[in-house]
Amino acid sequence: MASQNASLAADSMIGEESLGVTNGKLGMWAFLVMDAMTFAGLLAGYARLRWTPGSDWPLPIEAFGFTGIQLTALNTFILICSSVSMVHVLAEQMRGNMERAKKWMLFTIFGGLVFLGIQGFEWTHLIMDMWPYLFDEGYEAAYSVNFAATFFILTGFHGMHVSVGVIYNVIIYLGLRSGKITKDDTSVVEIAGLYWHFVDLVWILVFTFVYLI
Amino acid sequence: MEIKAKGYLSPLTEEAKTSLWVYLKEWACTTDAKRIGIMYLLFATFMAIWGGILSVIIRLELAQHGPDLIMDASFYNALPGMHATAMIFFFIIPAFTGVANFVVPIQIGAPDMAFPKLNNAAFWILPPAAILTFAGFFMNSLPEFGWTAYPPLSNSVYSPIWGADFWVIGLILVGVSSTLGAVNFLATVFNMRCKGMKLFQLPLFTWAMTVTSFLILAATPVLTSALLMLTFERMFPGVFYFFNPAGGGDPILYQHLFWFYSHPAVYIMILPGFGMVSEVIQVFSRKHIFGYVLMVWSMIAIAVLGFLVWAHHMFATGIALEIRVGFMFLTMLIAVPTGIKIFSWLATMWGGSIKFDTPMLFATAFLGMFTIGGLSGVVVAAVPVDIQLHDTYYVVAHIHYVLVAGSLMTAFAGVYFWFPKFTGRFYNELLGKVHFWLTAIFINVTFFIQHWLGMKGMPRRYYDYDPSFELANLISSVGSVVLFLAQFIFIANMIWSWRNGKVAEDNAWKDGFTLEWQITSPPDHHNFHHEPYWKPLIRQHVGPDQPGGLWHRYDD
Repeated sequence: MASQNASLAADSMIGEESLGVTNGKLGMWAFLVMDAMTFAGLLAGYARLRWTPGSDWPLPIEAFGFTGIQLTALNTFILICSSVSMVHVLAEQMRGNMERAKKWMLFTIFGGLVFLGIQGFEWTHLIMDMWPYLFDEGYEAAYSVNFAATFFILTGFHGMHVSVGVIYNVIIYLGLRSGKITKDDTSVVEIAGLYWHFVDLVWILVFTFVYLI
Repeated sequence: MEIKAKGYLSPLTEEAKTSLWVYLKEWACTTDAKRIGIMYLLFATFMAIWGGILSVIIRLELAQHGPDLIMDASFYNALPGMHATAMIFFFIIPAFTGVANFVVPIQIGAPDMAFPKLNNAAFWILPPAAILTFAGFFMNSLPEFGWTAYPPLSNSVYSPIWGADFWVIGLILVGVSSTLGAVNFLATVFNMRCKGMKLFQLPLFTWAMTVTSFLILAATPVLTSALLMLTFERMFPGVFYFFNPAGGGDPILYQHLFWFYSHPAVYIMILPGFGMVSEVIQVFSRKHIFGYVLMVWSMIAIAVLGFLVWAHHMFATGIALEIRVGFMFLTMLIAVPTGIKIFSWLATMWGGSIKFDTPMLFATAFLGMFTIGGLSGVVVAAVPVDIQLHDTYYVVAHIHYVLVAGSLMTAFAGVYFWFPKFTGRFYNELLGKVHFWLTAIFINVTFFIQHWLGMKGMPRRYYDYDPSFELANLISSVGSVVLFLAQFIFIANMIWSWRNGKVAEDNAWKDGFTLEWQITSPPDHHNFHHEPYWKPLIRQHVGPDQPGGLWHRYDD
């Protein structure tokens, strides 16, 4: 029995009993499926509330104003850029150029923070100037109140993901800086990248639904 | 005191050998899937007693017509929802997760789960979630909207109570816990199988947990999204009108999202049971499962179809007839893969050399009684019949035949079956049989007559009923009390046998062929002493003298 065991052990059978990726990567993919379904639930709710007869839904371009959409388009661009720089982190790490990897990581974090800042500015503007009925009963909503409600829950839930992503990236950056993440630990950075790209991808959907259509 | 235990139960450090406190801390912080599994089972047992107490209060109130036990109708209104929440989210799902934590890594030949720390975290989310969910009991503000929490009843106008907010947050936390568990199971099953363990060699219980994990992963977050929207609507009443028509919202939207989760949830609660029964019937019939591949594909079919039938819970809401007919058709279609499974189990037993130990008794009784639940499901799937039976006791009878005669009985089969592996000792067979007969008989006494009550028009969740229903309700109430008390035989049996039972061998049932029966009882930390391998089984049905000398795949 022992010899049979040894011969079996000698056979490389990878690809049959495992998917050939790290547990972490598989776990992150599974987590992202779950996260995508949460967004799907919220987006389904959005679709149902908007495309229903008599929903009194404004055209986003009129409700946000032209500058609002332009600002958010810029914001989208910034988020995509920070996704690109995340790719560079991994690429530089694989080349063993840790100094450059760290710089790209800083750039990624910076992109996420700018995104959050612009979104914070936008929320403040919308709450204070566009939708005063939210906190003052003297005003009346000009269109369906669910326009603002779905806006808040979708962009807010996404913004929470960006915040978590920034914290995640800061942790990775600290690991890179202290040398705990070496050039061989590419899977750690790759998994963080998966999450960051997912957050980016979801934003494209949210942006399309909430601002463009 | 000195702690003596074997295998994974033995203390890890010298300190823990002498101090119970250190030993318990070792358990609380453990990353060993077996210990986490046992903690899940203990937690589930406590919650089952809690949910059972609530159900007995309901039944005692309904034993006679008119208010008698509970004078406060609003307290009664809260009970069905609290009972359902306790049983579904805090008993059945954690109980199956517990058994799976113990068994799945061993069945696939892995030393542990893929993410042991995450596993521990997923468990420890549960107790705080339970406290939040049932916080209404301590604060005298119980949510009265049932476990479905339909708005507008559950919004801030009709349920302006803190207990309801805590309940919603508690449920979101349970969802987080079970999705983390699902992520863990999927990574474990897809990445940590031992040599030779290809996907279509997996034991059926592991397959069941894999399919269940996919269901959890895709369905639970949708409930989370619905509950998030509900929370915001409750917290900021002037701003969010997702489900409130006064602000352009749609109460039916909540029901769609809710049932998009909660219909798959019934498969989350039964598929692991199917897997357990598959293991039990093979070992106690001493035959391999009939139609293994079809058993796997029918589970996958049930899971896929399970996502396409949610609106059959909403036939009475006025959605378009064409949609209802489509959902009716798809719902009835689920009876096909389920039927395949039932007949495959029967065919496995056919011509087998059957031993009727307690796990097998539970498994066989499950076959018959679950079939009743399945058939009444086909009845209520028909739109015109459902319009009549909607929200009556017929639905209560149906769901209890599926969840009590289904999930609970299979969980008992599984726990009795693996008890020798959990503890290294056998349970008391006589007590097990007494427990089985009382349970099997009194499930029928309690729930069968509720079919009739529902047909006659007794609504569910009501505090009182027409005097003509009194006798039937009395029978049901007596049945429920005996059923509840009988479960303490099980608990006593487990506690007593843990220390005093007959010592079990490695292959406790002699005919176990999956990997967990090839290692010590109880298993050691990290399960295997050296890397196991699986000599692939030929799963064709060729009779009792199958080729390949079935039983030994791992030598110590």
